[in-house]
Amino acid sequence: MIPPFETFYDAHRDEVYRFLGRRLGRDRAEDVFQETFLRALRAYPTLEHGEHLRAWVFTIASRLVVDELRRTRPQGELPELAAEDGLPAFEDLAPLTADLPPKERAAVVLRYGYDLAYDEIGAALGSTEQAARQAASAGVRRLRKEQR
Amino acid sequence: MTVSPSLDERFRAAAAAAALLDVAFDVVDDTPIGPLLVGVTEHGVCRISFDADPERHLEVLARRFGPRVLRSRKPVDRVRHELDEYFAGRRRRFDLDVDTRFVSPYNKLVLEELARVEYGTTTTYGALAAKTGNPRAARAVGTVMNRNPIPIVLPCHRVVGASGSLTGYAGGLDRKERLLRLEGVLF
Repeated sequence: MIPPFETFYDAHRDEVYRFLGRRLGRDRAEDVFQETFLRALRAYPTLEHGEHLRAWVFTIASRLVVDELRRTRPQGELPELAAEDGLPAFEDLAPLTADLPPKERAAVVLRYGYDLAYDEIGAALGSTEQAARQAASAGVRRLRKEQR
Repeated sequence: MTVSPSLDERFRAAAAAAALLDVAFDVVDDTPIGPLLVGVTEHGVCRISFDADPERHLEVLARRFGPRVLRSRKPVDRVRHELDEYFAGRRRRFDLDVDTRFVSPYNKLVLEELARVEYGTTTTYGALAAKTGNPRAARAVGTVMNRNPIPIVLPCHRVVGASGSLTGYAGGLDRKERLLRLEGVLF
């Protein structure tokens, strides 16, 4: 059962806004905040269950942050490999991580797909920095094992 | 750092403007019978409740109409305006569509008859039952009134007992009395 959107929005708006503020500064965070929740609203009826909504909305927000940074990067400046272009997009990571347990999958995607810090991933998953670190490394170990 | 009220309002307005909501709701404060929760869909008013605490409605609204239930002021403005006029004695009928799509066929039939009961008049449970084809269904009609999802606009306060006693009202008898007094039925 998917919770009413009001409940979902009420539970996550402040932390999503804080996350956007840290990444983009207050002014740009406001636009991206609105776009994040409008996208969530558009996709909401297609959700199959109400689990991991926090990780889901952080994934939407993270993608928009990447778009926003890419869009507004000053012309002529060298691309920063680490934070943006060098990372596999969610689309690339999604099929690779499809068999992981949900929490490990979210941690791996948010860490390696979106370069979120572990404290942010912890916030997204409703746990701690420590737990996020463990989930991501457990996910990576599991992926390595599967590849052998 | 938390979402400012103005950003919050902007998002809620944008969500409604983009037609992304299954139900938009708001609380209409300052009516003579207390705050009212009002819900609207693209088809019309779907809920008016004397219990104005949204928490107690979100789940039911989501089950009936879809999960995108969000508080948003603008879509409710028209209902708010007509209610204001009604309570000020300046409106005798509502020009609002109602959304009763989840109401069962029998209940819908009764509510349609109810909608014809005019401002400032009353009818009885039995008379309303007779109009829907079964004069002995007064009790069933009472149940439909009790479950009326859109009171005031669908005027179940105008239905009284055969003896003229007010009988009952989901919002409490004092509210019923108040509404009938407003309409000049009671003095």
